[in-house]
Order: sequence, then C-alpha cells, then structure tokens
Amino acid sequence: MIWVDTVAQGILLGGLYALFAAGLSLVFGIMRLVNLAHGDLIVVGAYLILLLVTLLGLPPFLAALVAMPLMFALGWGLQKFLLNRTLGDDILPPLLVTFGLSIVFQNALLEGFSADSQRLPTDALTTASVAIGPLNLGVMPLLTFASAVAVIVGLNQLFYRTSLGRAFRATSDDPVTASLMGIKPASIFATATGIALIIVTIAALYLGLRANFDPNIGPARLIYAFEAVIIGGLGSLWGTLLGGIIIGVAQTVGAAINPEWQILAGHLAFLAVLLVRPRGLFPRAND
Amino acid sequence: MALLDTYGLTATYGDFQALFGVDITLGEAETIAIIGANGAGKTTLMRSISGVLRNAPGMVQFNGRDIGALAADEIMAQGVAMVPEGRKLFPSLSVEENLLIGTYGRRVSGHWSLGSVYDLFPILKDRRHSPGTALSGGQQQMVAIGRALMSNPRVLLCDEISLGLAPVVIKDIYKAVPAIKAAGASLIVVEQDIGQAMAVADRVYCMMEGRVTLTGAPDALSRDAIHDAYFGAGQ
Ligand SMILES: Nc1ncnc2c1ncn2[C@@H]1O[C@H](COP(=O)(O)OP(=O)(O)OP(=O)(O)O)[C@@H](O)[C@H]1O
Ligand SMILES: [Mg+2]
Repeated sequence: MIWVDTVAQGILLGGLYALFAAGLSLVFGIMRLVNLAHGDLIVVGAYLILLLVTLLGLPPFLAALVAMPLMFALGWGLQKFLLNRTLGDDILPPLLVTFGLSIVFQNALLEGFSADSQRLPTDALTTASVAIGPLNLGVMPLLTFASAVAVIVGLNQLFYRTSLGRAFRATSDDPVTASLMGIKPASIFATATGIALIIVTIAALYLGLRANFDPNIGPARLIYAFEAVIIGGLGSLWGTLLGGIIIGVAQTVGAAINPEWQILAGHLAFLAVLLVRPRGLFPRAND
Repeated sequence: MALLDTYGLTATYGDFQALFGVDITLGEAETIAIIGANGAGKTTLMRSISGVLRNAPGMVQFNGRDIGALAADEIMAQGVAMVPEGRKLFPSLSVEENLLIGTYGRRVSGHWSLGSVYDLFPILKDRRHSPGTALSGGQQQMVAIGRALMSNPRVLLCDEISLGLAPVVIKDIYKAVPAIKAAGASLIVVEQDIGQAMAVADRVYCMMEGRVTLTGAPDALSRDAIHDAYFGAGQ
C-alpha cells in the first residue's frame, strides 16, 4: 500500500515538473530556441509574486494573477528586443545569450533579495490533505497537478482551435511563407515567449508555495524541465506531462528506497528513457 | 494609372546580383506572364515584389503607394498575395487550416471565402481535414492558390503553378484563372510553359539573366523573337 501512495505522490510531483517544462516546450516547439534562463525566470516569477504578497498584502494566488501580465510583458520584450536577434541557422548565439541571461537574473535577484531562502505564505488550505480511497493526498500537490493539466489543455486549445495557434504552427513550419500570410514572425515569437512566461508564473506560484526558494535554484529547475521535455519528445505537450510524471515517480520511489536517491533516481529514469527512445516518447514526425 | 509597377528593380543574394533594373507594369484587371529559362530571375522578381526580399524605397509602386521598402506581411496586408514556387504548404496545418491562414494578415470580405474556394476546387472540400502535405501535387497547388485567394487580394502572384504537374492537372488548375479574374484580381503568372503563358496572359515579359529582354502582347511576339529573348540571340 505504501507503494501506491509513493507512486501517487510521484505522479502529482510530475505535475510540478510539467509546469516547469511546459513553457520551455512551447518556446522550443515554435522557434527552436532553447532558453537556458528558463529556470531562473521561474525564480524571478516567484520573487515577483513574493513582492506583490509583501508589498500589496495580496494572497499568493491573487498575486500570481497580477504577476501574469507583468511576466507576459517581460517575455514579450525579452524575445522582441533580444532573443529574436539571436535566432538563425546557428544554434550557438541563443544558447550563449540565454546562458548570460541566467547569470544576470541570478545576480540581480541576489542583489535585490539576498541569498536567504524565501517561501510564499501558506494557509490552512494549502497544507490540507484529502483522503481519496486508501490514499491521503495533499491539496497543494493536487492543485499543482490539476493546474498542469489545465495549462496543457489550454495550450492545446490555443494551438489547434485559434487563429493565433495556426499562426504559431505555420511560423514554426516556415517563417518566410508565414510572412506571405501577413504574419510577422518576430511578433509571433514575442507573443509565444510572453505566453511561456505566463505559464512560468503558474509554475513559480506552486514552486514558492511548496518549498523554499533562493536566487540560485533556477538551473536545477531547468534541468528537471529539460528532462521532462526530452522524455516526452520535443514539442509534444502531453509528452511533457508524461515526462514530468516519469521523473516525479522515479524521484519519490527512489526516495522511498533511500532518501539520498531522490534526485539521482530522477536523472537515471531520464537516461533510461533516452537509451530506449532517443527521440523521446512522442517525437514529432518532421523534426 | 497602373495597379502595380516596378522601377529599376534590383535584387542581390550576397555578392550575387540576380536582377538588374527590372521595369514591369501591371494594369487593373490585367494578367501578365513572366517567362524565361531556369535562373533568369523570375522567382527573384516575385520575391522582391512580395517583400520576401527587401527592396529600396521607390522600386515598387502598388495602388499609388510606394511599397518598395515594406516587409512581406505589410505588402500582403495591402492586397498583394503570392502563390510561392514549390507551393510551400504548412505541413503542420490541415488543408482547411492552410486556407484559413491565408486571411491572417488581411480580412477583407469579397468573393473569396472557404465556401467559394471549395466551389472552385471541390476536391479540397473532401480532403479538408487531411494534412496539406498529404495531397497530390496538383491538389497541393490548389491549396496554395486557394490560400492566396482567401485574403481577396488585388494582385495575385503565381510562381510556376504548373511545375511538375501532368498536363491534364495543369489544365484543371488554369481553369480557375477566369474565376480569379472575374473576382477582381490582377495576375502576374510566372511560367516555364510558354504555350500556357501565351494562352493566359494579356502581355508577356521575357526575362534572361536578371533583365527583361522582350515584352509585348502574345500575338505580337514571333517565335524567333521569343527564342532569342529566352536563350540570347545566336544560340
Ligand atoms: N537564395 C539564393 N542565394 C543565392 N543565389 C540565388 C538564390 N536564389 C536564387 N539565386 C540565383 O539567382 C538567380 C535567379 O534565380 P531565380 O530563382 O530567380 O530564377 P528563376 O527564373 O525563378 O528560375 P527557375 O525557372 O529555375 O525557377 C539564379 O542564378 C540563382 O542561382
Ligand atoms: Mg523560379
């Protein structure tokens, strides 16, 4: 019975990793840009929510809602004025520039908030748990997982049901022909990164509610996100959720065997999947 | 006044100059054909007019406006649509989505809509949920034409719409031209098939090595003049 519980906890943890990863997957899917500052942007989001909580006295969920348009604007501007200039046939410039951004964000946060670890204030609801059959599951992990599913459903609706989504896919296929349809690829990319940072804000909310954070934890979140995206198959959003779940379950099972094995087990699961399916579980046909 | 003119249009790819001062003019309700051998610069001319290749200001006038320095999406929004060489359907989009995306930058009501494009090419309606790239070459060409028509353009640029298609399919595709003209578009048709170009166009421009070498109404051009303009005199 303890194993069922462990696996259930792992699946729910996978929701958090899927939230870390969804924005990364979105940006990579549309513009083949690997954003090495993605994890640090999650941390920036967490500090922004913390700031709104402490300055305006907002509850964290409301603060996250307020942070979303600000994070969208940050993403839009970053893409439009900086990252678009790095896109091209050479994959090195975006890697270098986002690596640099990662360092800039970490140091700016250290300057502004010190290295002390922080946490978003939790209330009774966020620490409560519910009994589902034999399982006793935390409300917060359940909410995280539900949010991850909602984000992925929402992104799929956006992609396959709206005119903007068509433009995302067309630009991803062929930006030059897309421009003949009246699409401005530079604006499409900026909008995509803006949307990715809205998802980052949701990830940041749960990151900050569930655990302590400090300015230096971004790169580790990036690695979980990467692993989830790659396990799932580049550009597949449901695959990303499954990737998150695989890492989450591996971590909780690993930790149940020996607490020191938690992180290692996640990485081993990633390597194991990569050995069997080098292109991930749901690779896109035309990559 | 003409609907669209180019004035001394030049184009380069890096150090290589592909167009050397091309002047063409397209009247309201007119169809012109651009013919010329491989590498003559026909596609480059289409890419320059449509803004895929950026030009200097003043090189292209459309509808009384200087569109020479505009980006492709801005030129499309003005009403110049292109059927690009090689069809260039979006593989991630279904047939119907490929058509719908044609209106992204320009939503103008007019004759062309999903319904009238399906009337023009009925086979596309049956295949509307297939990926665009799962169709035959001729059907893909129909999608590419329909996609450009969806924005109800004033000018339609068609780059080798007969390329690689069987003669009966080419006939089917060219059957659409009268309907396109009737709906109010002027056409620039790039063609390797001289017979097809002569049949469809009011005037023909022949290009060679980045220059216009001959122009005139189809019945005013002799076979010899076209041959010389195509391959150079004395070939
Ligand atoms: N992207 C490019 N980079 C460099 N040179 C190019 C490029 N595209 C075309 N060219 C050169 O420009 C010249 C004109 O090419 P263009 O494609 O316009 O010819 P075309 O008349 O359309 O030929 P075709 O009938 O084969 O389609 C050719 O010499 C070609 O090699
Ligand atoms: Mg060509």
